[in-house]
Amino acid sequence: MEPAEIFPHSGGVIGVSWLMIALPLLGAAILLLGGRRTDRWGHFLGVAMSLASFVVGVLTFVELLGLGEEQRRRVVELFEFIPGMVNMGLLVDPLSISFVLLITGVGSLIHIYSIGYMSHDPGRRRFFAYLNLFVAAMLLLVLADNYVGMFIGWEGVGLASYLLIGFWQHKPSAATAAQKAFIVNRVGDFGLLVAMFLIWTTFGSFAYGPVLGAAGDANVPATAIGLLLLLGACGKSAQLPLQSWLLDAMEGPTPVSALIHAATMVTAGVYLIVRSGAFFQAAPTAQLVVTIVGVATLLAGAIIGTAKDDIKKALAGSTMSQIGYMVLAAGLGPIGYAFAIAHLITHGFFKASMFLGAGSVMHAMNDEVDMRKYGGLASVMKVTWATFGLGYLAIIGFPLLSGYWTKDGIIEAAMEHSPILGWLAVIGAGLTGFYMSRVFFMTFHGKRRWAEDAHPHESPAVMTWPLILLSIGSVFGGAFLIVGNRFMTFLSPAVGAPEEPLGFHPFSVPGITTLVLVAIGAGYAWTKYGRSEVPAVAPRGSFLTTFARRDLYGDALNESLFMRPGQWLTRLAVFFDNRGVDGLVNGLAAGIGGSSGRLRRIQTGFARSYALSMLFGAAVVAGALLLVGNL
Amino acid sequence: MPWLSILIAVPVLGAVAVALLPKGSDKAAKQLALGVSLVVLVLTLVMAVQFAPGNGRWAFQETYDWIPSFGVHYAVAVDGIALVLIALSAVLVPIVILASWHDADGTGADNPPKRSVKTYFSLLLVLEAMMIGVFAATDIFLFYVFFEAMLIPMYFMIGSYGGAQRSYAAVKFLLYSLFGGLLMLVAVIALYSIAGKSTFLFPELIGAIQDPTTQKWLFAGFFIAFAIKAPLWPFHTWLPDAAAQAPAGAAVLLVGVLDKVGTYGMLRFCLELFPDASKFFIPLVVVLSVIGIVYGAIVAIGQTDMKRLIAYTSISHFGFIALGVFAMTANSAAGATLYMVNHGFSTGALFLIAGFLIYRRGSSYIADYGGVRNVAPLLAGTFLIAGLSGLSLPGLSSFVSEFMVLVGTFSSPVENFGFEIPAIIGATGVVLAAIYILWMYKRVATGPTAESVSGMKDLNGREKLVIVPLIALIIGLGFYPKPLLDVINPAVGTTLANVSVPAFAPAHPVADQKGAGQ
Repeated sequence: MEPAEIFPHSGGVIGVSWLMIALPLLGAAILLLGGRRTDRWGHFLGVAMSLASFVVGVLTFVELLGLGEEQRRRVVELFEFIPGMVNMGLLVDPLSISFVLLITGVGSLIHIYSIGYMSHDPGRRRFFAYLNLFVAAMLLLVLADNYVGMFIGWEGVGLASYLLIGFWQHKPSAATAAQKAFIVNRVGDFGLLVAMFLIWTTFGSFAYGPVLGAAGDANVPATAIGLLLLLGACGKSAQLPLQSWLLDAMEGPTPVSALIHAATMVTAGVYLIVRSGAFFQAAPTAQLVVTIVGVATLLAGAIIGTAKDDIKKALAGSTMSQIGYMVLAAGLGPIGYAFAIAHLITHGFFKASMFLGAGSVMHAMNDEVDMRKYGGLASVMKVTWATFGLGYLAIIGFPLLSGYWTKDGIIEAAMEHSPILGWLAVIGAGLTGFYMSRVFFMTFHGKRRWAEDAHPHESPAVMTWPLILLSIGSVFGGAFLIVGNRFMTFLSPAVGAPEEPLGFHPFSVPGITTLVLVAIGAGYAWTKYGRSEVPAVAPRGSFLTTFARRDLYGDALNESLFMRPGQWLTRLAVFFDNRGVDGLVNGLAAGIGGSSGRLRRIQTGFARSYALSMLFGAAVVAGALLLVGNL
Repeated sequence: MPWLSILIAVPVLGAVAVALLPKGSDKAAKQLALGVSLVVLVLTLVMAVQFAPGNGRWAFQETYDWIPSFGVHYAVAVDGIALVLIALSAVLVPIVILASWHDADGTGADNPPKRSVKTYFSLLLVLEAMMIGVFAATDIFLFYVFFEAMLIPMYFMIGSYGGAQRSYAAVKFLLYSLFGGLLMLVAVIALYSIAGKSTFLFPELIGAIQDPTTQKWLFAGFFIAFAIKAPLWPFHTWLPDAAAQAPAGAAVLLVGVLDKVGTYGMLRFCLELFPDASKFFIPLVVVLSVIGIVYGAIVAIGQTDMKRLIAYTSISHFGFIALGVFAMTANSAAGATLYMVNHGFSTGALFLIAGFLIYRRGSSYIADYGGVRNVAPLLAGTFLIAGLSGLSLPGLSSFVSEFMVLVGTFSSPVENFGFEIPAIIGATGVVLAAIYILWMYKRVATGPTAESVSGMKDLNGREKLVIVPLIALIIGLGFYPKPLLDVINPAVGTTLANVSVPAFAPAHPVADQKGAGQ
């Protein structure tokens, strides 16, 4: 089934859906311009704006549901942005509204949580300003009805991410991580920019409706456009080869890691691929590359996750890996789109819940992140343990919890497409079972390995309530979306649907194998990290462990391939510019003037010589004019 | 009403008045200069409001004979291109005056100014008159006069009020410019005589030179002058010295406005007077531009001095502008024109904030800073916003122009040159720009507070007044560039029509979505 037509829309809640973007933007502006005056109530304003945006989102969703299925793609015209090139408008359709609810829903919970988490930070107001800015930009990213508008949101979330990773910029590590995230993302943006050049040159428009409607026509460079869009997606979604920034991004405050670097922003690449599905469907090569990137990253992220002792970095590896699943699904075409987005939504719940849980643990443990210094926390932080535990069970695909449904869908779809992809995804699920169990057991079970001054306690209600609500999503979200193909049916007007929807085969060979592998992984983790002693210092480990600990040598590779040659090139260019170009010109001047000292000497009394040369010039002009005039 | 003559005359009269103030009335000189520049700004805005694009090519036209026997006129008029650049100048000058309040005082500086405070502000006003004149001139000889005369106030501002190497920098600036000017003078005279129209009026000289070889020679004369002025690679080496040695305010006008005369000249004179030669030289100019974009950015990354770094980023940006002009599509050329304006604001803000930092710390070396964000959050925050505009962050004004230039270039059908490659190489600038801006910001503003900046004060009231309008313009034009583009687009259309190039046509056109759903 092809995506439905797009209809112009005015009036109703959909007609004012721009409020969703405007409200948090206004919040950010007030908090940044208001300065210290807003310190006392700034966080409440931030929460209020995010919640208001959520309310508008829900009302929009309800109004959209009231329309016939084929009527659910509405464009709201806003203003002429670049005359003759870009008209700015919002596209409200099942795909964008799904993101809107995730962003504003999970976003609001994380805003609320941050009231508690950041309560002792002198920069809390600024923190909420940036969070609001992020929500506004992310909503623009998913709601814009054209590539340029999407790109503004895309870079806006990049800016918010930069500001928030570097929120504690007085720490050089945070400032460096922020810069790295921005620059690596810009490499992806380069791809996105060139994709937009091609789109403009081919179609003379950037608007999704007309462009995607014609994406499958002959003579459209769909493969090139698809691969370039993929490059952009790789940057934002930390997929290979642009993955290296995400682990460093954990320098940001933990709510940021939950919202931006787990639940929403990093999934923007998946949005881009699904939104631009028409290009990929017209370009099998590009699709193939998308699936390869997805599978490679889901394995790489899982491997990295197995070796990290820093709880946030282990979770970040897991995020990479889970987004790898989504990208894989997005590369499969219409059969995978609904699973990609459904997994994205459930991942938003359980990963946000686990990151916030990690934050709650850090809050209790004096900001300690090393899991080797945790252990046995289950008894002192019951709510955190339970909510984290549900998130953990959801992500490893414990039967009937969220991740079970959505990840299984991806594996089945991949299996149908290509057994190799499918089995690699199954292996990834087994790894997930191991590394997530490792995180869970190291943190909450086994012996207490706390620092002497640690007095862990449960977090305040303002932090635990968001955890509880998110864990409800982690438990039931998947079943709600997948059973009866509910989400696929809902999404199909926006992204199309496969001829034959995928059946659900829980007792197939891959399905059973997945469960067995997950159980083995979890069991191994239990024996190694739950039951037995966890050494306080990481053992040296094998070559493979080192490989994983070093993020698969991603940074080393970047450094030797790009950074060091880049530094040499820069130095060479500066040297060349000072000695070469400038030296040549100065040398010439010196040659004409007799010596370089002469150049300096004529400076004295230069006004006089300048006047003289002007006079000379004037004489030349006059002479020339006389000559010409007499001819 | 002779709007343009008034706009030129007011700052000249103001300059005279400032210069005639009695000795020791420094404060009065500053206030008077600021007042005059604000009057000019108001007049410019009043004039701009009355400008109606599509009402004939030229507006506010005035033509008087100057040297009748040679067909030299005092002729001024504006189209959309000239208008936005005049507006840029009129906006920047009061901001620069306010920002330069203490730059000529010489208190505590290692290099006390060689001339008085009132001379500095008088020179600023003279410069403003010249800048308005050069964009308004429609007589090529008059243009040349302004083009050259502009050098004089700038020469003194750098040479008498600049940093330690000011004399060297000022002379280098002057020699380069004079060399270019001389070439242009020869070309101007040759144009006059070969065209045989006994006039220097630009509109009458369009299409006057038909012979391709002659066009090429004359083009070369004009183009080299403009390429030095802009400056394009490899004519750029005077700029980092001049910009680094000039007081921050003078650097803003030098890079923000004076250099634009170069790219403006290419668009206005090279293209229309010598259309065939312009097309012939596309490969050369495009290669120089693209080298400039990448080279300027790479050398900027390696700079250790803030002002030099900003100067090199500008060399990269001028590459974009020249690329847009010579890709000759409606989008690329309009983008280039908008780029000239936006670059003035964003680089202006960068130079001024760098100036505030340098004024406080007494050094322009990046290594002498660290952790400014901890002690002066506003100063650091505005520095970051200006920087983000410099790296063309979407939502800020420079993105729109850079995007238009690159998209317009990529899609250019002109001469079947294959503009895709230069556009793609140009787009790598987005990565390089992120590196040079963010790395500078990181070293200056983040990390633990360096001892040398520990007592640094945040922006004061005057400085906020300087920065707020610039940032408001940067953000406002980032989201709503339409008012400027509506003025620029028709003028660019006229220019391109006179060059007779094929318009961009998409390979696979689709209906705009304004119609019913697709």
